Amino acid sequence: MNRQIVKLFAFIVVLFGILVGFTSYWSVFDAEALKEKDANKRPLFEQQQIPRGRILAADGTVIAKSMPKGKGANKRYVRRYPEGSLFGHPIGYSFVKYGDSEFEQFHNEDLIGEGSEFSSIVDELLGERQEGNDIVTNIDTEAQRVALTDLEEQGFGAVVALEPSTGAVKVMASNASFDPNRVPYEYSKLASDDVETPLLNRATQGRYPPGSTFKVVTAAAGLDSGTITPETTIDAPGTYEVEGTPLQNDFDEDFGSISLDTALTHSVNTWFGQLGQRLGNDTLFEYMERFGFNAKPAIDLPEEEVLPSGVYDFESETLLHASDPVDLARVAIGQERLLATPLQMAQVAAAVANGGKLMKPQIWKRVVDPDGRTVDTMDPSVYSDAISEKTAEELTTAMEGVVSEGTGTNAAIPGVPVAGKTGTAETPGNLACGGGENENQAWFIGFAPADDPKIAIAASVECTEQFGNDVAAPIFRDVAETILNEE
Amino acid sequence: MTSARNRELLALVPVAVLLTAGFAGVFSQENDQLGNLSLVYGAYFLAICLATHVYLRIRLPNADPYLFPLLATLTAFGLVMIYRIDETLARDQANWFVLGLVLFALTIHFLRDYEVLERYRYTIAIGGLLLLLAPRLPGIGQQVNGAYLGVKVGPIAFQPAEFTKIAIIVFLASYLREHREVLIVGARRVLGVTLPPLKHFGPLLVVWGASMFMLVFIRDLGSSLMFFAAFLALLYVATGRFSFVVIGMLMFLVGAWFFASTVPHVHERVEIWLHPYRDPEESGYQILNSIFAQADGGLFGKGFGQGLITVPGTDQALLPAAQTDTIYSLIVNELGLFGAVGVILVYLLVTARGFKVALLASDGFSKLLAVGLSSVFAIQAFVIIGGVTRVIPLTGVTLPLISYGGSSIVANFVLLALLLLVSDRARREAAEPPGRMATMGPAA
Repeated sequence: MNRQIVKLFAFIVVLFGILVGFTSYWSVFDAEALKEKDANKRPLFEQQQIPRGRILAADGTVIAKSMPKGKGANKRYVRRYPEGSLFGHPIGYSFVKYGDSEFEQFHNEDLIGEGSEFSSIVDELLGERQEGNDIVTNIDTEAQRVALTDLEEQGFGAVVALEPSTGAVKVMASNASFDPNRVPYEYSKLASDDVETPLLNRATQGRYPPGSTFKVVTAAAGLDSGTITPETTIDAPGTYEVEGTPLQNDFDEDFGSISLDTALTHSVNTWFGQLGQRLGNDTLFEYMERFGFNAKPAIDLPEEEVLPSGVYDFESETLLHASDPVDLARVAIGQERLLATPLQMAQVAAAVANGGKLMKPQIWKRVVDPDGRTVDTMDPSVYSDAISEKTAEELTTAMEGVVSEGTGTNAAIPGVPVAGKTGTAETPGNLACGGGENENQAWFIGFAPADDPKIAIAASVECTEQFGNDVAAPIFRDVAETILNEE
Repeated sequence: MTSARNRELLALVPVAVLLTAGFAGVFSQENDQLGNLSLVYGAYFLAICLATHVYLRIRLPNADPYLFPLLATLTAFGLVMIYRIDETLARDQANWFVLGLVLFALTIHFLRDYEVLERYRYTIAIGGLLLLLAPRLPGIGQQVNGAYLGVKVGPIAFQPAEFTKIAIIVFLASYLREHREVLIVGARRVLGVTLPPLKHFGPLLVVWGASMFMLVFIRDLGSSLMFFAAFLALLYVATGRFSFVVIGMLMFLVGAWFFASTVPHVHERVEIWLHPYRDPEESGYQILNSIFAQADGGLFGKGFGQGLITVPGTDQALLPAAQTDTIYSLIVNELGLFGAVGVILVYLLVTARGFKVALLASDGFSKLLAVGLSSVFAIQAFVIIGGVTRVIPLTGVTLPLISYGGSSIVANFVLLALLLLVSDRARREAAEPPGRMATMGPAA
């Protein structure tokens, strides 16, 4: 029987070998794929056990922190947002049951301290608990508060303030906002509110007709491509027919033969319509793309929460390109099927303010590890050389006229030269506004001080019966003043 | 032969160290400080092991020196894991361990001449099978997850399958010792396949029937598989006919397939095994989370006490039945692939020592008894580890000595007692000059 006993033992060795094989497969070889499974809630619960790093405003104000709950193996951390709805956008939320959004989602790996492969293996060997890193943002607490308060007075809308030279996002406010602390209690209510859409960051996902603010892009394309100079005059009648429909100035005012300064100051539609037609599709689209249109802004927010701006085919929800037939005269004045996010229009202002260089917008400033060491710092990087410095200077002069004597006087700050452009796009029948016939999308984009820009801002207000200068320019002024006063 | 006992004593030292270190590990996790309570637990455990060692020194001085330390290692490891899951369960388990050692000592005391078992083999077999039926009796039977596994009489609850497995092995060892010759000699070749003689085919069918019966009435696929595999192992060792094993396996598969498609509980277990993702929140929850827990362990695991058993902040199980069925998954989760392979190696070492006992034994009954007991121990480990790693359908047998469960621990120490009894005699006879072995029949 001894031979059989030895053979039987060999068989049992094989059986146990199979167990080792399967255990290796699940625990090592297939482990990554298993962690990705929807049914696998373990990674979520485990993240909850990691003290997620704090998110701080530029001045050190705590935007988000993790509070311990329970003890031992049951110990977990729950996210708290001390400032409530102030930073609801663009910070978002992070809760095990409801997932994460916006900044919390984009910077998840840093916040839970998922470092390099090597250091995590060392940690594993030492059995050390993972600990998250803090992230300091560029957000200016006071300016954010001013922006949100102003927006709440005017209605729904968004404000984005960028530092032109670095792309640092100083303000990103969106109303309706939400208090992230409430997410675990009223998520379904927040998510299903189709009128106020509080979970939607309008600054990056709100697509609005930019109206006359887009004339800055048209003007930049005209100057930079050499199509016009600041002295070039174009005859601007009260109205002229484009594609079978009259394109009109406000009150059909006939300006006669004028140059860029006058045309921008008074936001003359017929002037810019003709400029657009002179530029042609290729040139205008080329400059739009240099300013960031037709692409998702390179901001540190989840890709699906950032929308590109451009001329949309509404039926297919896709962007049109230079080769597609468009009514160029109306694109040039920010109409047609052109849609832009407040972030995109802030990028336009920032590029002009920065001598024509568009910087990538970044919310984060630096990552600080649990020991207080800065482990990573935001490196300003150029998105594109949109226009030449000369063009930027010429355009700035024209934009100063808008604020000093034109359509955007409410943006003026005493003692500080301001460059800007208003915009009022008619949005009749907009269901989000209740379908009223007199609803406008009011805009103001600009920067200050015009001679040494410190801040570039886009303010956009939905569903207003007023004009850009009435509702958006004052927000620009308040936010810009707040930021400039701090310097 | 005191050198064997000295080796045993030496081998017990790492066991005590392991236990103490384990408790210390759990303590430092739970309380962020190292209490001396862990040392107290370690000392108690060592004292109990030493007492057992002294008893063995007196009663079975020649018995295998490694089996007891190996089983003590598994028990210590189990205690630490269970302690980490639930302190009160660990206290129960420690009590069961002590009771197990008492029965261990009683077995050795009363069954010194274990051949007496042969005389009562039918009584033992029928008793064991009746015991299996008990969970279906109204009043005392208990249904767990659709299977009738438990019996509860007053405050005492136990799982009869754990004891039945020993009874069945004793019966089979004795029966096959007597009939193996005729099974070999009477075999006929039919169509190129060696079949056992029809006359002796009956008892084979009875065992097959018993395991099918378990499948239907106890609805316990795991125990059924365990019993039948042990039977095939013994049949193979006794006859050396691999074809018998193949025939037996085919019969089992046909029967299992038939009942899997007719008995709902068995059918469901197989369905979950094949398609766990069909209903990940309900029926597939346990096996999926068992695997997810392993995926989380990686090579080195998350460390003692670091794994998640319940959804944090709630009582909802994240790793269902972590103290019993899925304890192996928790081991992979917390100690990683390396820790798990270590555990499997210990089971393999126990099997190896058990088979060594069988090799040394001179008579057929002793050989078959040792092989049977070791095999059933190894197969039980395979059935449950295979279950939680999705090698086979997941069933509710315990991981021997590591899983929480009084019946399991007590039964396995009785099993150890029988193995040591066989070992003691085999090694004593191996050391003595041959002579009185003439009456023991031919050794294969």
